[in-house]
Amino acid sequence: MANIETVNEVNAADAQAANVPLVDIKDVSIAFGGIKAVDHASVDLFPGEVVALLGHNGAGKSTLIKILSGAYPRDSGQIFVRGEEAEISNPRDAKAYGIETIYQTLALADNVDAAANLFLGRELMTRWGTLDDTAMEAEARKVMGRLNPNFKRFKEPVSSLSGGQRQSVAIARAILFNARILIMDEPTAALGPQETAQVGELIKQLKKDGIGIFLISHDIEDVFDLCDRLAVMKNGQMVGSAKVGDVTKDEVLGMIILGKCPPGATPGPGALDE
Amino acid sequence: MSTENTSAQSAAEKKGSIARFIEGTELDTRMLGMVAALFVIWIGFDIASGIIRPGAGLLGGTFLTPRNLWTLLVQTSPIAVMTTGMVLVIVMRHIDLSVGSMLSLVAVAGAVLQVFILAPAIGVGHPIIWIAAIIACLALGALVGAFNGFLTAYGKIPAFIVTLGGLIAYSGVAFLLARGVTVAPLDKSFKLIGGNIPASWLGPFWSWVLAIVACLLIVFAVVNGRAQRKRFHFPLRPVWAEASLIAIGSVAVIGTTWVINSYPWPFGLIRDYALENNLTIPAGVENRAGDAICMAGDKIVRCTEGLIFYAGYAVPVLIVLAVGIVMSFIASRTRFGRYVYSIGGNPEAAELAGINTKLMTVKVFALMGLLVGVSAIILSARLDAATNALGQLSELYVIAAAVIGGTSLAGGVGTIYGALLGALMMQSIQSGMGLLNLEAAFQNIVVGVVLVIAVFLDQLYRRRIK
Repeated sequence: MANIETVNEVNAADAQAANVPLVDIKDVSIAFGGIKAVDHASVDLFPGEVVALLGHNGAGKSTLIKILSGAYPRDSGQIFVRGEEAEISNPRDAKAYGIETIYQTLALADNVDAAANLFLGRELMTRWGTLDDTAMEAEARKVMGRLNPNFKRFKEPVSSLSGGQRQSVAIARAILFNARILIMDEPTAALGPQETAQVGELIKQLKKDGIGIFLISHDIEDVFDLCDRLAVMKNGQMVGSAKVGDVTKDEVLGMIILGKCPPGATPGPGALDE
Repeated sequence: MSTENTSAQSAAEKKGSIARFIEGTELDTRMLGMVAALFVIWIGFDIASGIIRPGAGLLGGTFLTPRNLWTLLVQTSPIAVMTTGMVLVIVMRHIDLSVGSMLSLVAVAGAVLQVFILAPAIGVGHPIIWIAAIIACLALGALVGAFNGFLTAYGKIPAFIVTLGGLIAYSGVAFLLARGVTVAPLDKSFKLIGGNIPASWLGPFWSWVLAIVACLLIVFAVVNGRAQRKRFHFPLRPVWAEASLIAIGSVAVIGTTWVINSYPWPFGLIRDYALENNLTIPAGVENRAGDAICMAGDKIVRCTEGLIFYAGYAVPVLIVLAVGIVMSFIASRTRFGRYVYSIGGNPEAAELAGINTKLMTVKVFALMGLLVGVSAIILSARLDAATNALGQLSELYVIAAAVIGGTSLAGGVGTIYGALLGALMMQSIQSGMGLLNLEAAFQNIVVGVVLVIAVFLDQLYRRRIK
């Protein structure tokens, strides 16, 4: 009996935490000149959840994500982080809210080692004001041990690492400073099948740690493998969002190409009127 | 058959032990290659110069003598100092073509300040003169460098163009400042920095003290590094490898000091010093090959046994050592250095990480300019004069030394010690060809060919490493 009670309590606590989204983007718009790149888009993200953002090139998904990561200031709308309204006007603000971005290009300095990349711009210093490489390597070993236990090449420049290893360095940099919200822009676009699988493993592990992930991807297979929910954009508007189990791949393609919202999905303002 | 087998076996074992040695000590194989190449060049020149004119060198020539090696180090100094700055400039994907002209500008400005402004105003030999001249040279160098960097970073003009303009323009300014004449003589204390008078030599005693301190620092660095790694439970180097590192470092320091301390003052300087200080000169037998002085009757002559002084480290060499240590420290242990290398590796990533890449560009060029100021001081002090021709074309040697030393023009890669070795190699080749009485035109051909071959070998090496 006691056991069941404890389990129930835990479930209740989980449910409560899960009820407050990590990020809630509400009615956000941005226009460049006369073009509404993002038009009243809303999407949310819960702890331990992976939400895919899908759409054609120019659909507005990258712009939406850049608003969240602080690269673009929004024209209107609100962003809530853990239930509280967040002021995000540059990348440093976003980082202060625990929002970290992994760019498609990874943005690694290829000629220095993993630890130097992890701490780029936020180096650990000794009390004499010099770089504390030993401490940084120790931290790097800790975080890389969690992400990629087989990783041993701490002394080599990241250019000599494999694509998957480089990806894990970029991810490690994002989660090193207690990121709660991760934005991954096409994380597997440049990777081979084996490395893609490795990144998939990483994403599952991050989910377990309660980190919420926005995943921008063109690969429907990946999305169905890794994501819990998906949101489709077209012409800057949200076509709709759905749990991955509630829609088929063909229906998702229909959302991307035609803007047609299937019965299993919640329609957004951009959904095609029947 | 069996002997062949065993010799083949021992060769394989030997190779294995060298590979194990390099792996254990984590020494830079490229650097080892450069040191080996340097030794080959030295030995070659000693043998070749011995054929023309037998001398006291290790292999019967005139190259591997304390006199030549001592001079070699002093002559390398101005280029070596500037090369350390050029490494960082090139690592950051820029280039500075203006260092030669900047050097003449700074040297002439420093000389004009001493000779035409301060000396008439406050009297020849006033101690303020040399201090003010040094500060002015360093400040002017840094300022001109910062100006180059500012145009590059904020004006978005490629560094190649900015400094090509500087190459042409700064030498013009130098000419106007000096009005085309040689500005001389410089302040007496200022001249000490040039290192060609006995007062600017450390002497054997202090040179040995310096060597012992350096050895202790090597021991400390190795022991401290090991303690740090132990604290964080990182893999440690084997103890024999740590011991070898200490041994190699100490042998290099002691060997260099021994050579430096074996260079006797030139005959005339010993004579002048003895006469000035009323030293008793022992009687002896004349021997033209000797380095000491003695009395043969009432004449002062060269001899083997007599009054002799040894030079020890000269001020320019000490400056290079200090600059080398400081620049290595900056490159590897400070945030500034880390940013320089990161920007060189991926400017966009550095920007996304919140690094102010434009300000960094200005700082790196200012540092380059400051080092040009140091070299300008050394060169003009050594010459006891400044002209607008001073330092001309030295940008080419500085860039060549950095590139031979392993700095990649693609950015992101390069070491200070490699560049210093590169500078020493360039100077060795030039000085060796001088000993062989080769024409300047031929020397230029060889230096150019060596530069291209060095980069070619470097490419091969890097491809194999990958």
